[in-house]
Amino acid sequence: MHPVLTLVVQRIALGLLLLFAVSAVIFLGVAALPGDTAQAILGQSATPQALANLRAEMGLDQPALTRYFNWLGGILTGDLGTSLSNRTDIATAIGQRLGNTLFLAAWAAVISVPLAILLGLVAARYNGRWPDKLISGVTLSTISLPEFVVGYLVLYFLAVKWQLFPSVAMVFPGMGIMERLNAVILPVIVLVLVVLAHMMRMTRAAILNVMQSAYIETAELKGLSPMRVIWRHAFPNAVAPVVNVVMLNLAYLVVGVVVVEVVFVYPGMGQYLVDHVAKRDLPVVQAVGLIFAAVYIGLNIMADVISILANPRLRHPK
Amino acid sequence: MADTLLDIRNLRIEATSYPPGEPPRDVVLVEDVSVSVGKGRVLGLIGESGAGKSTIGLSSMAYGRGGVRLTGGTISLNGRDIRLANAKALRALRGREVTYVAQSAAAAFNPAIPLMDQVIETCLLHKVMGRAEAEARAVMLFGKLGLPNPESFGRRYPHQVSGGQLQRAMTAMALCPKPDLVIFDEPTTALDVTTQIEVLAAIKEAIRDTGVAALYITHDLAVVAQVADDILVLRHGKRVEYGTTAQIITAPVEPYTKALVSVRSIEHVEKADAPPVLQIESVTARYQGTPFDVLKSITLDLPAGQTLAVVGESGSGKSTLARVITGLLPPRQGQIRFAGRVLSPALAARSRDDLREVQMIYQMADTAMNPRQTVGTIIGRPLEFYFGLKGEAKRQRVQELLDQIEMGKGFIDRYPAELSGGQKQRVCIARALAAKPRLIICDEVTSALDPLVADGILKLLLALQAAEGVAYLFITHDLATVRAIADRIAVMYRGEVRRYGSKTDVLAPPYDDYTELLLSSVPEMKLGWLEGVLESRKMAAAGN
Amino acid sequence: MRIPISALVGMVFTGAFFLAAIFAPLIAPYGMAEIVGGVWDPASEAHWLGTDAIGRDLLSRMIYGGQTTIFVASAATVLSFTLGSVLGFSAAVAGGWTDQGLSRLVDLVMAIPALILALVVLSVLPVTLTVLILVMGLLDSTRVFRLARAVAVDITVMDYVEAARLRGEGWGWIIFREILPNALSPLVAELGLRFIFAVLFISTLSFLGLGVQPPLADWGGIVKENASGLVYGIPAALIPAFAIAALAISVNLVADWVLSRTTSLKGGRG
Repeated sequence: MHPVLTLVVQRIALGLLLLFAVSAVIFLGVAALPGDTAQAILGQSATPQALANLRAEMGLDQPALTRYFNWLGGILTGDLGTSLSNRTDIATAIGQRLGNTLFLAAWAAVISVPLAILLGLVAARYNGRWPDKLISGVTLSTISLPEFVVGYLVLYFLAVKWQLFPSVAMVFPGMGIMERLNAVILPVIVLVLVVLAHMMRMTRAAILNVMQSAYIETAELKGLSPMRVIWRHAFPNAVAPVVNVVMLNLAYLVVGVVVVEVVFVYPGMGQYLVDHVAKRDLPVVQAVGLIFAAVYIGLNIMADVISILANPRLRHPK
Repeated sequence: MADTLLDIRNLRIEATSYPPGEPPRDVVLVEDVSVSVGKGRVLGLIGESGAGKSTIGLSSMAYGRGGVRLTGGTISLNGRDIRLANAKALRALRGREVTYVAQSAAAAFNPAIPLMDQVIETCLLHKVMGRAEAEARAVMLFGKLGLPNPESFGRRYPHQVSGGQLQRAMTAMALCPKPDLVIFDEPTTALDVTTQIEVLAAIKEAIRDTGVAALYITHDLAVVAQVADDILVLRHGKRVEYGTTAQIITAPVEPYTKALVSVRSIEHVEKADAPPVLQIESVTARYQGTPFDVLKSITLDLPAGQTLAVVGESGSGKSTLARVITGLLPPRQGQIRFAGRVLSPALAARSRDDLREVQMIYQMADTAMNPRQTVGTIIGRPLEFYFGLKGEAKRQRVQELLDQIEMGKGFIDRYPAELSGGQKQRVCIARALAAKPRLIICDEVTSALDPLVADGILKLLLALQAAEGVAYLFITHDLATVRAIADRIAVMYRGEVRRYGSKTDVLAPPYDDYTELLLSSVPEMKLGWLEGVLESRKMAAAGN
Repeated sequence: MRIPISALVGMVFTGAFFLAAIFAPLIAPYGMAEIVGGVWDPASEAHWLGTDAIGRDLLSRMIYGGQTTIFVASAATVLSFTLGSVLGFSAAVAGGWTDQGLSRLVDLVMAIPALILALVVLSVLPVTLTVLILVMGLLDSTRVFRLARAVAVDITVMDYVEAARLRGEGWGWIIFREILPNALSPLVAELGLRFIFAVLFISTLSFLGLGVQPPLADWGGIVKENASGLVYGIPAALIPAFAIAALAISVNLVADWVLSRTTSLKGGRG
């Protein structure tokens, strides 16, 4: 097997192992925390009998390890369990919402990735001059704002003051694609703003790092034009770090989406998670938490795999 | 002169420095330097670090590294002043009329592009020739420069070939577009001595065959004497002396040039035999998790108060030997006997006296001293730790040690960042001395220093040995240093001792093959040395 | 030593925020939960920032809210910093299994986005200030651990540390005299960044309704309480939002300056 392929397979295997460990943390770690789920549901005034009945019903009387493997087995076969608060099947409830969240995140990614790379290139090209300072200054302020603040700023000015877009991102089944887009435009703007700043700053740093290499000086001393230096000599070496940056920031979207959905009352996974944390509905929280963690880990694995594939030392071994 | 290619007049080069916590200020790097290069001639630029050699070299392409600015004088190339030429005109001449060979070819080649594409890039860019012709020329140059399999060499990526080969490939890249002038910026400095001579010979032959003019930049006068027609000696950005190579080598005028020519001529007569202080007894060692031995059954003795020089190239295992002696790397087999007693293999199990009596001095004085401690703390700590000295007594002893390393008053409260390279190494010597050791391990202690500074350190070490009777285990790759300081010599190659004995014995024939190669590869400060060595090697090869 | 304007501005604002937090009861014109006016009264002589969704003085809520936000964030930062740097240094110096074990554990925790893990944990634990500080501090200590370990590993390979080991020095001298003085600057710069992160984190949790619980005020919570007014064009929710941003930017400016001093200081003295 080609050594690169071996590395890639190893990396993916390691990722799956990590995911398994994460599932254990989310389930067993939580089970080890002080706090009684049955008590939390029934309240302080519950009779001991009622508590015991509920525990038996929920399987809480079984050892934690048994419950964990039952839970894990269920998840692997598509059964995410039942919600405590409204007794509905979690997988069914999630289906539609997962689609909504992915729709939102995908549009944010499609817009922010090219924009961030472009701005990062511009900032790196004019390093230390006014375009760089302007871009860096603006992004520094965006980084200092929590997602929900950006969300309300955008909402207040674009939806309320200037009335350009709807303030609540309502989507429902059977909606046309254009209507859907119109509905999610504000949350998408917010997510783009939030991710853009990080992605652009890291892209700029990655490109500047490559531009400081000795082989860039070699290229300049060959009489190549600045654009040709960047395109032919910097770009092939910058691909891996930039792709890495993009992937890491898409992973960051996972967190951003939770908050933004709450701001715009968008019926997605994030909203669903936050609602059920407040209701102390542990099965829902664990299932949704695991899905978010899986996406996050998946994107990190992809970043690593692309780095491996883009490394000439690994692609062309001695 | 009709055949003048490059004519630099009254060149002035400045840069802006940004000292932390202070306002930026302009510093002059090169001042009032004039020099010219005729067509097909080779000019050597020589000087220590900070002399402005590379800066002047790059100015012949009107290129300033970082914030370096060419602020005065004229640089005329092929009859026109290029100092203030516009970007387009500069791009047309860079890589066409003038090309550049960097010190570290490993960093100067793009890791993502096969060598051939990089070598012929200028030919295609400046439309000197078509792709087929350029590739044919590149293959021809690869062959001329002695690269293996010239036909397929260009298909490799930079990380797939060795450092010496990359340096040759970079020379091929510079010669490919048939330039008028090539700048060689310390092209052999990073290479082992036996590789250096091969690359040097290849470069010289290529220059001769193509008739190109060259600027050859180096800190090593013996090297430049082999390739240059003329030499410009620089110091602190100013011209010291300028003349033909023969004049500079045989009849230098300026005191600084004279010092450079006579460097490495310390005379050291080996001492009579004495009982050993250190006995290395069939030591075999390997690093954890690696499958091969870095040291293979090494046996060496070091007489008390004398110097054992361990010579070898990178990968010979000489630094590993130091780690075994100090206890950082316990050996797999064998033992270290010190002053008659067996030293515990691991550091943690050694007594405080064992630790005190074996001290170490490092190659990079910069990283060997804690930047947050003053000279007084650095030298005072062993006094406090081993002898319990405190307060005024400690300070007084530190001052005595500073006097011994010829640094005097006023240094005790300074930080390492405020010292020059040579002063830093002296402080490290004082720290080792403070422990009153019987053995000091010196690991390439002069390699990072300029030749004159290195000479000063060697003289100091010899004087200290005479005064204190301390023994040195002197690890180096530089045979000239060995001649200057050693009583005994061990030549190491790939983890084995190839040759061991008193200095006179080791440096006298008959030699084994490797010692012969090593000895004959050390550049000597005389004209025609390179030709002489190549000639005798050729004859030896023919004889076999 | 010259302090750039941006860092000076950052220091002045950071200082002002902290002073206001410490002396909140003295400065605030009204009580924290005191209802003193109508719903979302506009700014006036009596209420400089107007009133909130149930008629409390917004300025007083902001001052008390700042106190809570800054207190929780500071406490979490102190916890994450102490824990992270002590464990990070120990891992770097001890090496071997200690290092492996701690590093893999940190990898595991960092494989889950911090907000998600915090939500999972908070769905079980009672939401009190102590729990919030513990959860935030523990989660964030993983980042400090990574930095402290990396910095310490860089320093332990230096020849001067090897020289100290060859001299026979104990762990105490090596950690406190050789490593710590050289690791301090990057860690101090990181302290600022971790504090900002803690401010953003607690604000986000409170905004989601899972952080500081009413009637106690904190900036994220004030945004949440007044968010519904935005749709009617009442910008009360934006005031705490601006405060969060101003605090974060001020600390960022100071941290940037400390960091740039550190990088230009290679081998120099402080």
